[in-house]
Amino acid sequence: MSRSFDAIVIGGGMVGAATAFGLQRLGMKTVMLDEGDTAFRAARGNFGLVWVQSKGIDFPSYARWTETSASHWQSLSDEIKEITGIETGYDRPGGFDICLSEEELTAREDKYRRLSQHSNSFRYEMLGPEELRERLPGLGPDVVGGGFSPNDGHANPLYLLRGLHTAFAAKSGTIEMEAGVTAIGNKSGVFAVTTPKGVFKAPKLVLAAGLGNRPLAPMVGLDVPVEPLRGQIMVTERLQPFLNHPISTVRQTVEGSVMLGDSHEDVGFDNNTSAAIMQEIADRAVRKFPVLKRAQIVRTWGALRVMTPDGHPIYAQSSSQPGAFTAVCHSGVTLAAGHAYAWAEAVRDGAIPPELMAMNPERFSTERVPDATH
Amino acid sequence: MRRIEAVDRSIVKIFFDGQLIEAYEGDSVAAALLSTGMKSIRDTAVTATPRGPFCMMGVCFDCLVEIDGLPNRQACMIQVYDGMVVERQSGAAAIASDSPSHNKQSTGKQSSGKT
Repeated sequence: MSRSFDAIVIGGGMVGAATAFGLQRLGMKTVMLDEGDTAFRAARGNFGLVWVQSKGIDFPSYARWTETSASHWQSLSDEIKEITGIETGYDRPGGFDICLSEEELTAREDKYRRLSQHSNSFRYEMLGPEELRERLPGLGPDVVGGGFSPNDGHANPLYLLRGLHTAFAAKSGTIEMEAGVTAIGNKSGVFAVTTPKGVFKAPKLVLAAGLGNRPLAPMVGLDVPVEPLRGQIMVTERLQPFLNHPISTVRQTVEGSVMLGDSHEDVGFDNNTSAAIMQEIADRAVRKFPVLKRAQIVRTWGALRVMTPDGHPIYAQSSSQPGAFTAVCHSGVTLAAGHAYAWAEAVRDGAIPPELMAMNPERFSTERVPDATH
Repeated sequence: MRRIEAVDRSIVKIFFDGQLIEAYEGDSVAAALLSTGMKSIRDTAVTATPRGPFCMMGVCFDCLVEIDGLPNRQACMIQVYDGMVVERQSGAAAIASDSPSHNKQSTGKQSSGKT
């Protein structure tokens, strides 16, 4: 007994839910298969930045794709609200990066400069300590300066995820939970996906399973070499508003909680927290905003980013099994609008658009030609 | 709400919003407040909805009160002591500006009911 659809999306996280919603919205009868709580669920561990200022440095297609998604985020947020009543809390007041040393400041400026070289719409300002303090009252004495980009914003990632699921269901999309994929067959261009919830068939298939893409990809002739990269996050008690802009490492939610994060650890499939890292996160946050010194931490967690070898996303269609696609990234929140709109159209049309071509995983198998001038 | 057993512990006096409450040594703040019959001891930060102790084991964060000037304390996880001053937690905690002794001064402002 099997059920037939126009498209199957494997993965119910940020990428899968945005893609599935996008496909259903284009009139394609779509099923979204979610593995369940045994999955690593990066989409439940997000910080919530819609962040442009650090993405795609020296990789123009990723930089432009990030800007495209960020520029459609308001539409996505509005559409989710219209369909479901759920507010994502999206706001785009521009974001700061705060530097605690001259080295950090120099590195930041260098990144902005490289990013703006191949972008027409990326804007930034470098700010000295006094200018920065005027824009962000309450900064500590250790702050030496920072950068600002009006392109950046933030949202509540859990409301986004719930909004995408609810909007997908409201448009008559089918969600199957506890439906981890055990096999994928392909007969005359129709994929048959086997799960504990039965067999699902469709001519279009999207692998959007985060770290789970790695074992799934070879089933349809794709290669997705992703590795986990742990991030830890701390959340404070609700505080009266003191921070009107998201910072790359600190943001205050609409509700008043302050989120602290941005650690990067290569520790395999371990999503626990550790005192040493949390101490470092807290210390840097307090040096930036001394008022946080007495803030109580009410929650902490670790989550695993979905990292490719170069940190940039992967978009691909299988050449041996056309109709099978994959979308992989560590910025499911920022890229949500890209996935719901342009990416869903690409899957429907059966062709990766030129602007996403450079993000094909074949880039990992091509040996770099050594530079002879060295 | 009332105690199901007679208590032979010594009496501890605390204040809630200025009102004297007789609790017993070993009571959590939440138990002491519930024993007086009150159900709501805070107003939420987002919608200002009245709330009170629920899980009594440190998980739900619905029993937040201000204790001796410190906001957002979990009433179910802290034992009473003589002279403790407990205030209703109304809205989000104030951010202390540069005063190291946090909230003593700001408690008045805080009861203005932040949404």
